[in-house]
Amino acid sequence: MSETIATDLNFFQVKKGIRSWLFTLDHKRIALMYFYAILAFFLIGATLGVLMRLELIAPGETIMKAKTYNQVFTLHGVIMIFLFIIPSIPAIFGNFFLPIMLGTDDVALPKLNLLSWWLYIVGAVFALLTLVIGDGPADTGWTFYAPYSVQTGTNVTLSVLAAFILGFSSILTGLNFIVTIHRLRAPGMGWFQMPLFAWSLYATSWIQLLATPIVGITLLMIVAERFFGIGLFDPSIGGDPILYQHLFWIYSHPAVYIMALPAMGIISDIIPTFAKRTIFGYKAIAYSSMAIAFVGYFVWGHHMFTSGMSGPARIIFSVLTFLVAIPTAIKVFNWVATLYKGSIDLQPPLLYALAFIFQFMVGGLTGLVLAALAADIHVHDTYFVVGHFHYVMFGGTGFALFGGLHYWFPKIWGKMYNIRMANIAFTILIIGFNMLYFPMLILGLLGMPRRYYDYLPQFTDLNVVSTVGSWILIIGLIMMLTNLIVAYFNGKPAGRNPWNSISLEWQTKSPPPLENFDKQPKLNEGGPYHYQNK
Amino acid sequence: MLPNSGHNFDPEASKLGMWLFLFTEILLFGGLFLVYFVYRKLNTEAFLQASYELNITLGTVNTVVLITSSLTVAMSITALQLGKEKLSINLLWITLLFAITFLINKYFEWSFKIEHGIFPGMEHYNGLPNGEKLFFFLYYFMTGLHAVHIIVGAIFIGVVIKKIQDGKVHQGRISLLENSGLYWHLVDLIWIYLFPLFYLIN
Repeated sequence: MSETIATDLNFFQVKKGIRSWLFTLDHKRIALMYFYAILAFFLIGATLGVLMRLELIAPGETIMKAKTYNQVFTLHGVIMIFLFIIPSIPAIFGNFFLPIMLGTDDVALPKLNLLSWWLYIVGAVFALLTLVIGDGPADTGWTFYAPYSVQTGTNVTLSVLAAFILGFSSILTGLNFIVTIHRLRAPGMGWFQMPLFAWSLYATSWIQLLATPIVGITLLMIVAERFFGIGLFDPSIGGDPILYQHLFWIYSHPAVYIMALPAMGIISDIIPTFAKRTIFGYKAIAYSSMAIAFVGYFVWGHHMFTSGMSGPARIIFSVLTFLVAIPTAIKVFNWVATLYKGSIDLQPPLLYALAFIFQFMVGGLTGLVLAALAADIHVHDTYFVVGHFHYVMFGGTGFALFGGLHYWFPKIWGKMYNIRMANIAFTILIIGFNMLYFPMLILGLLGMPRRYYDYLPQFTDLNVVSTVGSWILIIGLIMMLTNLIVAYFNGKPAGRNPWNSISLEWQTKSPPPLENFDKQPKLNEGGPYHYQNK
Repeated sequence: MLPNSGHNFDPEASKLGMWLFLFTEILLFGGLFLVYFVYRKLNTEAFLQASYELNITLGTVNTVVLITSSLTVAMSITALQLGKEKLSINLLWITLLFAITFLINKYFEWSFKIEHGIFPGMEHYNGLPNGEKLFFFLYYFMTGLHAVHIIVGAIFIGVVIKKIQDGKVHQGRISLLENSGLYWHLVDLIWIYLFPLFYLIN
């Protein structure tokens, strides 16, 4: 009797009250707690971004002073990188769907999972404390480059400690996923019967594990240098600032693959579902995730082409950087090949996936411009870099996150949103996004440097276009979120499988019961994407 | 309950998790080793001069103490595997004793330096050339971080002693002891690299 009751209730209903959430070991609840926290930080970061664009609508001081602008862009960077985009997809969708996709009831180390979430919250509190204590948030940029970060009077120490704690949280999540994938796959599920989202999380987790400690210790050294005034990185007392840059990018370059790989995993799961066709080149996509993670370790020097490195070192880093394009292109070709002759169902998640492919390609190709030594000398530290980075991170990962949200919303909350509204919001988002960031690529080529609150008058027109784009983007965001919130309260029940997917997570109820499956999940005969339509 | 449930007791999973965590520890110190090597290359002479200030005898004693404590942890694991709980607990106490000896020794070593004014901010220290300052700072930073790991490892072992007494860790459920042993070996291993880097190279 009691067993039937347990599966009648979904994971929202089994226990009530705030404590049952804050101290839960259920991976789905932890995922949702991450979701709400990360969403809140995304909105704060986006607001800061809009304020920056507003400052840049006209040359000279518009709404804030130079120092405030420096603090705003630093806080925007710290929040968006460490609190939003690094944890986003693994901590939300990874936590929620990895165990379900593997056909199990939780991650391998549930208590560690809860600890990661608490560390995330502690790190977030540290980051927010910089706002109210002393001289305000750091004004160094999110990279905390020495020697300035050792000399400025703003709250660098607190920001750096926040990044350290968030790094620890990220390490533990990665560790947990690796152990889960090794130990908890359903009986009969081999490595190549895993969904590609799981593969991408596996690659991501290794980067989290093997890159994050380096930045952790580097940031501790910044703190130590600020306390004791020892010349670790400050050249005036015998330190080497270039060494800081090396140590920082040894982590922070692989970190961009922490941000990008899970997004590619979502796309690899959305496309076969809406093309109703088995994925083209399963193994190529799986291996290319691992290849990106591997090559990603050896390219950090391309952030430092103008900082003073030997010629041969720069050439080697440039060549290695070009190598990253190969596994990335393999994925794109496989996605497009999957769509070819599929019976395409153009639902919102697929729209976001297509936008991802387009925008990620713009980001990727501009990345090749930056990887080329001669071209990089020209556009280094200009708006070209800002445009490239936002095309990859927002146009890529951000849109994949929205796509994942529209894809899995009916599973997580059991309700269906208004498809028409979702499509309209998507269209506005696409227009706003490209209007906001494409002018930055042109501005960069024209020579507008990044990280200044002011610019020369000849750049005004394109900056106005970009700022108006940021308003359109915000309208799109609000419409998208409103549509989902309305669905959360008033949406029609979605049923088990609204998209007719054969992936494992759609076999269970929506929302899933506490132990994920109300019946023993049935693995597909021919792998996770074996659709009848060949 | 599913056969592959995340809530099953799975010693393989926790051991795998511990090994992965040890990778991160090695990389954490790896960053420091990198910094050490770069600055040693840039300030060869000063690093050499400064290293003569360190007391090789105290360092050697501590090395012997730590290596022996690794042995007692390993013996304790074997003892529990054979079901000899009493012996296992005693060996863990001996390990803790070694850990405390190490820390006391370290305390004296640091105090001698500080008595001679060798600590960031002190007068004698401020008069040293930049390279020697860096050497001593890295010495404090790296051995200090290592000492923090000794303390964490000792707490870990203390918890395991309690759990063996309460019967929560026993012959059939040994993974917590094994994991604390793994962690302790790592702390030992890092010291084996720190010792020659600071005391012996000249």
